[in-house]
Amino acid sequence: MNLVWLFEPFRHEFMQRALFGCALIGFTNGALSSFIVIRRLALMADAMAHSLLPGVAVALLLFGLMPGTLFVGALVAALLVAFGTQIISNSSRIKEDTALGLLFACSFSLGLVLISLCSVRVNVSDYLFGNILGLGDADLWIIYFISLVALPILVGMERPLLLTMFEPSIASSQGVPVASVKYVLIGLLVLAMISSLQAVGVILALGMLIAPAATIYLLSDSLAAMFWVGGILGSAGSCTGLLISYWLNLPSGPCIVLVLGGVFLLAYLFAPRYGIVLKLLKPRHFHEASLARWKR
Amino acid sequence: MSYHRLEIKDLTVSYKRVPAVHHVSLELNCGSCIGLLGPNGAGKTSFFKALAGLVPIETGTVRFHDQSGKDLRSEIAYLPQRTMVDWDFPVTVRGIVEMGRYQALGWWKKFREADRLAVDRALETMELKDLAERQISALSGGQQQRVFLARALAQEAHVFLLDEPFSGLDKPAQDLLGSTIRHLAAAGNLLVVSHHDLKTVRELFDEVIFINGELVAFGETDQVFSMENIQKTFQTNIFSGVVHEPGLAL
Repeated sequence: MNLVWLFEPFRHEFMQRALFGCALIGFTNGALSSFIVIRRLALMADAMAHSLLPGVAVALLLFGLMPGTLFVGALVAALLVAFGTQIISNSSRIKEDTALGLLFACSFSLGLVLISLCSVRVNVSDYLFGNILGLGDADLWIIYFISLVALPILVGMERPLLLTMFEPSIASSQGVPVASVKYVLIGLLVLAMISSLQAVGVILALGMLIAPAATIYLLSDSLAAMFWVGGILGSAGSCTGLLISYWLNLPSGPCIVLVLGGVFLLAYLFAPRYGIVLKLLKPRHFHEASLARWKR
Repeated sequence: MSYHRLEIKDLTVSYKRVPAVHHVSLELNCGSCIGLLGPNGAGKTSFFKALAGLVPIETGTVRFHDQSGKDLRSEIAYLPQRTMVDWDFPVTVRGIVEMGRYQALGWWKKFREADRLAVDRALETMELKDLAERQISALSGGQQQRVFLARALAQEAHVFLLDEPFSGLDKPAQDLLGSTIRHLAAAGNLLVVSHHDLKTVRELFDEVIFINGELVAFGETDQVFSMENIQKTFQTNIFSGVVHEPGLAL
């Protein structure tokens, strides 16, 4: 059997870049996803991804199509929306989700208006759906930089993060700066989001940011496992998705998300403790054990 | 034997300029189990949060064993109401108790043999050894309460602030928890417990605090737990202009 096709993608430089990028992005997003899943920040993350657009547009208007400036623009826009949300929800009776929804819709609209003003012809679909195969050197550096910043911070802050995630008021009584920890987490969320834009785009970024930890959440009762195995799963899943998209000549972003979604589905069905199939197959209750306990 | 005491002087806490706890002064001795009684909105949770350093103190001071401010943190353990906690959190009983050590360890210091022993001791004292590897949602209400006590023990705290620990527990679980906190008090700790069920006050607490925004009464259960004080606490409106006599508390 001729297996040349299997290794063919590894020979192209653009695929090597893309795979390297995917591995890094997948790991960073996968690791961070544990916190998104636990803190139920999924919809916030989604809103944030959309709010990157005006930043990108402003950067385009001012500096043209340069990856570095697009990155900074996206970062500024997302941070403005993230912290604007906190400010509005802390200083008025408007709740966080409402503030975020409002800001992100306005932000996205502003982005669309600005983009229409751009003299540069921008391919919005790259932004919406990603283009991992077009990774340039600067893009790779940005991804590398984000991973290099985000992962050590997450690892270094493991304890305060764990305490804050579990119960903020006890954490605070133990001296954890709860508010700052939350801000750092939101900042890292924005960074991870930006890094996954290249791979899967705004709309699918959420997939990379929640699927890995959602999967491990069904398999394990340890946050550390969600973090590390989530990272590995994100990394492996993204690379697998990319390869499948190459072999089958399909769009890369959706393939990545579908692979991650497929793994989640397997866990949902077959996870030993929390999967639904085994739950259905098990007897309703441990008859003998219960009987013994009652007799005691 | 002389015990440490928690000295609260002129404590006021307010939210948006509305006082929740108003100029409360108390001296609480270690080794006793104290009930905190008052209607909803009387400031019981605010009182705890102020002692635990969770809300800013507007006036007054809190001192324990010649410590105040941030030094108090390791001494005081706050146990929030059970409903405040996400029980699906991916953590085991042991994981929660280990969290008690993190304050002493800081962000990076290694978890050592001594820490592991402290965790084991806390699990043993709270009779949670067999449940150590369970995920926390697979516990009964009473067991969940004991997990938090174990976490506070691992923290080596001496002041335990328990917010409504008995609510939602059935009678046997209440009895078990009651004897557990009595044990902790007998071991020299100070337990302050906010409580709703007036029927069980006499059997649980050495002393009671009646609070309704302001301090209504404080003293030994036999002397202070009277119909008069109960009515005063549960029937007066907060800040309705009723001035409680300064000497009344002591």
